[in-house]
Amino acid sequence: MKISLEINGKKHEADVEPRLLLVHFLRDVANLTGTHIGCETSLCGACTVLLDDAAIKSCTVLAVQADGCRVTTIEGLASAGELHPVQKGFWEHHGLQCGYCTPGMIMAACGLLRENLSPSEAEIREGLEGNLCRCTGYQNIVDAVESAAREMAGAVK
Amino acid sequence: MSSNGKNEKYVGRPVKRTEDPRLIQGLGHYVDDIRLAGELYVAFLRSPYAHARINSINTDAARNASGVVAIFTGSDIEGRVGNVPTAAALEGLKVPKYPVLALGKVFFVGQPVAAVVATSRYAARDAVDHIEVDFEPLDVVVDAEAAAQGGPVIHHDFGDNIAYVHRAGIGDVDAAFASADKIVAQKMHHQRLAPISLEPRGVLASFLPGEQQLTLWTSTQIPHLLRTQVAIMIGLPENKVRVIAPEVGGGFGSKLNVYAEEALLSFISMQLHKPVKWIETRRENMSATIHGRAQSGVAELALKNDGTILGLRYTVTADLGAYHQLLTPAIPTLTGLMLSGCYKIPAISMVCTGVFTNKMATDAYRGAGRPEATYVVERLMDIAAQELGIDPVELRRKNFPTPDEFPFATATGLFYDSGNYQAALDRALAMVDYDKLREIQKSDTAAGRLVGIGVSTYVEICALGPSAAMPAGGWESATVRIEPTGKVTVMTGASPHGQGQETSFAQITADMLGVDLNDVYVIHGDTGIVQYGIGTFGSRATAVGGTAVVYATEKLISKATKIAAHLLTTDEENVTFENGVFSGAPDDKQVTIQQVALAAHLASNLPPDTEPGLSATYFFEPKNFTFPFGAHICIVEVDRDTGDIRIKRYVAVDDCGKVINPLLVEGQVHGGIAQGLGQALFEEVVYDENGQLITGTLMDYAVPKAHQLPRYELDRTETPTDVNPLGVKGVGEAGTIGSTPAIVNAVIDALRPFGVKHIDMPLRPEKIWRVISNQ
Ligand code: FES
Ligand code: FES
Repeated sequence: MKISLEINGKKHEADVEPRLLLVHFLRDVANLTGTHIGCETSLCGACTVLLDDAAIKSCTVLAVQADGCRVTTIEGLASAGELHPVQKGFWEHHGLQCGYCTPGMIMAACGLLRENLSPSEAEIREGLEGNLCRCTGYQNIVDAVESAAREMAGAVK
Repeated sequence: MSSNGKNEKYVGRPVKRTEDPRLIQGLGHYVDDIRLAGELYVAFLRSPYAHARINSINTDAARNASGVVAIFTGSDIEGRVGNVPTAAALEGLKVPKYPVLALGKVFFVGQPVAAVVATSRYAARDAVDHIEVDFEPLDVVVDAEAAAQGGPVIHHDFGDNIAYVHRAGIGDVDAAFASADKIVAQKMHHQRLAPISLEPRGVLASFLPGEQQLTLWTSTQIPHLLRTQVAIMIGLPENKVRVIAPEVGGGFGSKLNVYAEEALLSFISMQLHKPVKWIETRRENMSATIHGRAQSGVAELALKNDGTILGLRYTVTADLGAYHQLLTPAIPTLTGLMLSGCYKIPAISMVCTGVFTNKMATDAYRGAGRPEATYVVERLMDIAAQELGIDPVELRRKNFPTPDEFPFATATGLFYDSGNYQAALDRALAMVDYDKLREIQKSDTAAGRLVGIGVSTYVEICALGPSAAMPAGGWESATVRIEPTGKVTVMTGASPHGQGQETSFAQITADMLGVDLNDVYVIHGDTGIVQYGIGTFGSRATAVGGTAVVYATEKLISKATKIAAHLLTTDEENVTFENGVFSGAPDDKQVTIQQVALAAHLASNLPPDTEPGLSATYFFEPKNFTFPFGAHICIVEVDRDTGDIRIKRYVAVDDCGKVINPLLVEGQVHGGIAQGLGQALFEEVVYDENGQLITGTLMDYAVPKAHQLPRYELDRTETPTDVNPLGVKGVGEAGTIGSTPAIVNAVIDALRPFGVKHIDMPLRPEKIWRVISNQ
C-alpha cells in the first residue's frame, strides 16, 4: 500500500506491507533509529512518538494507519540546535543512564505536558505509567519532567 | 574549569554527563541502529517444550518460503561451532555440553533449535512457522529442591541432577549452635528474577572473506572476554575477531555472558559471507537470557540471650537451570562469601547444592549472590530481635565491628577493607528520627493502622577483583594518549553501559592533566581499538578501571615531565607540573602539556633515548576487593482491606568511599533500590509444572513502574579505602542489596499484630491479605 506521512516536518512516501508496524517504518524505512523497540507488544513505551501531537506507542500502530498523519520522533524535538526543555531536563537531572528508554520517555513526557503543563509529581508518575525504565528508578525522570514543565510554563507566560 | 592555568577540579562535582547529548536526541547507536549494506536477518525456532527429544526437523517448506536464504539446525553445525562455555571452576562441577543449537534433545523452553536467515525481519519470522519439528515430550524437572532428592534425571550421564555441592565458611558452627541460648531458623526463598535490560540482546556479525576478519557488534558488558571465547568457538584466530559493544541499553549482569547466538551469528556470517543480524524479541529475552537469584534454603542463627551472635548456618539449594552459562555455578559461591554481613560472626557454614532443572540458566543479576546473603542475614537479624525482645537496631549495633577493627576478617575468609557501620546507621536513624518513629508507630498500631519500619544494614563485595579470586582475570586496563593537537584520548578496558564512565573517567583524566573536560574523549567497548580489558560488572569499572586510568595518566605525566625538562633546559627534578603547565626553568619559562605533546610527536627535539609519542598504558591488578556498606530504612503502611503496601518513606545512607561524580552515584543508588523493591514486591519468573514459562512477556512479569515507586531520600558517609588511590569502593549494586531486606522487614514489622514471622517474596497484596484475613 502506498502511504505518505510527515515525519519531523519532512514528507515520507513509501509502498509498504499492510502489516508493517509504524515503529518499523520509522526505523527501517525512514531510517530514524532514535525510536527504540523494547517489547513490540505495547508494554514498555520505548517506541513512543507523537502522532498528530498525541503520544502513542508506535509498535501498536500500523504504518498504514498513520497515512496522512504528522509524526514527531525524538530526532525532531530539538529545533535549530536548541534542545527541547524536556531534553534539557533529562540532561540536567540525570534522567537517563543506558538511554534506551529515553527517547520514548521524553516523547511520552512531551505528550503529558501537552495535556497538563503543571503536573504534580503523582500526575507525572501516573502519566508515565506506560513507559518502563530499568536503570533510573524514575526519580530523576520525574524531576526532569517537573523542571521542563516549569521552563515551558515560564515560556508560555 | 580545570584547563591550563585554572585550578577548580572536576572530581567530586556533579558534572553533567557527556554521554547524554547524543542519547537524548536519539542519535546513539545500539546494535539494531547499525545498518550494513546487504545485511540479512536471523530468527530462531525455539523449543516450546521444557524437555523433549527431537525426533525430526523438516525445514523443506521453510527453505522455500519467500526471502529465505538459509536455515541451520543443530546437526548442520555439529562439530563446527563450539559449545557455550562456562568459566566457573568449582571442585567436582558437572558440566553438560551446551550446543549453540539443540542436538537431539531440548532442555528448556526457549532453547534455540533452528536459525532461519532471510532478507528481511518479517520474512525470517514468517519462515520459522514453516519449520516442522517432531518433539517427543520427556519428564520435566521444575522444582530444584525436589530434583536434588531424586526423580527424573535431566543430563543422563551424570546420574542425578546435582551439579555440585559447595561448602563455605570457617569456624566450629556445631559448637556455636550447641552453646547458644537462642537459635532462630527460617526457610527463605529468593525467587527467580529476569534482569530485563530495556534493550534486549542483539547481534550483528560481519565476516570479510578476503581479510578473513570478523566484526561482531553485540550488546555485551564484556567485549574482550567475549572475543576470546567466540574466536575459540568458531575457530578463527582471536586477532581476526573484533568485538564492538556499541551503545548498550542496560545489562545488570545479563550481558556479562557468552551466548549461543553470538557464536552462531558469527558462524553464519562466515558461511554466507554476508552481514547477519539478530535482535532478540522480549519474549526471547524472558526465556533465553539468563535469570537471576533462584535460591531456596534454611538459614539459622545462634545467639546468646544478650544478642551476641555465635554462629550462622545456611543450607541452600540453587536452581541453576538446564545448563551452565558463563558464571552460573559461581553465583551462589558469592552468597557464601557475604554471609557475615556487617557483623562479627565467629563461625559460619554454608552448604549449597546446585541443581539442574529444565529452565533457563541462572547467572549474574545485579548483586549476583550478594543480595541473597544480605537478605538472609538481615531477615534473621529481625527475626532474632523479635524473639529476643531486643530492638532490631540495637541487635545490629551490638554485633557490628568497630571502625578500628578494620581490616576485619570474617568467618567466610574475607578481609573487609574499611568500614564505619555505626556512622551510616546513625545517619539513617537520624534522617527518619527513629525513636520518635517507633513512638508514632505505637499510637498508629493502637489506632488499628498497620505501619512498619524496616531497617537493613549491608556490606557488599565490590571492585571484582583480585585475579586470584576471579575465573578470568580481575584486573583492568587503560591507555591515555595526548594527540599532536593536544586532545586527550582515554581507552578503558571497562565497558560501561549506562553507568557514565565516559564522564567520570574524563573527570579523572582532565584533573590530572589540567585540561578541559571537553578535550578528553573516552573510548570503550571496541576490541579493535582498546587494549584487552575485562569489562563492566561487579561494581568494578571505577574502582578497578578508574584506577588503571589514574596510573596510566601518571605514567604519561612522568614521560611528559622528562620532555618538558628538556624543553625548559633544566633537570627533571626542578620541574613541577600543575594545572596542565610545566614550570621550573631557570628563566621562568613554562610549557603546557599540549606543547609537550606536540614536541613528543614532532620528535625533533627530544631528550636522548626518548620514544616519540605521548601515550601510556597501565594494567591495574587490585590487591583486594572493596567493601562498601550502608543502612537503608523503609517505612510502609499496609492496607488492611486489600493487602496493598504503600511505601511512606525510603531512606538510604550508602558509603561507597570517595565519589568522583555524585550525580552518577545517586543514579546508581536510585536504580538499584528500584530493582531491589521490584524483587521484594512485584517480580517473579514463574514456570508451571510442565516447565512452561508463565511470565513470558512484560504483561506477566512485573517490572516496577514510576507510580509504584517512592521518592528516595539519600545521604552518604565517606569511609575511604586504601585498596586503590581514588579511594572509591563501587556503588552499582548497593541499592539492590540494601533495599530488598529493608522493605521486607518493614512489611513484616507492620504485620506484627498477626504474629507473622516471615513471608516469601514477592510480597504481593494477595499474600498479605491472606495473612491479615487468616485465609
Ligand atoms: S516497543 Fe512499543 S511499547 Fe515496547
Ligand atoms: S535509562 Fe536505561 S532503561 Fe531507562
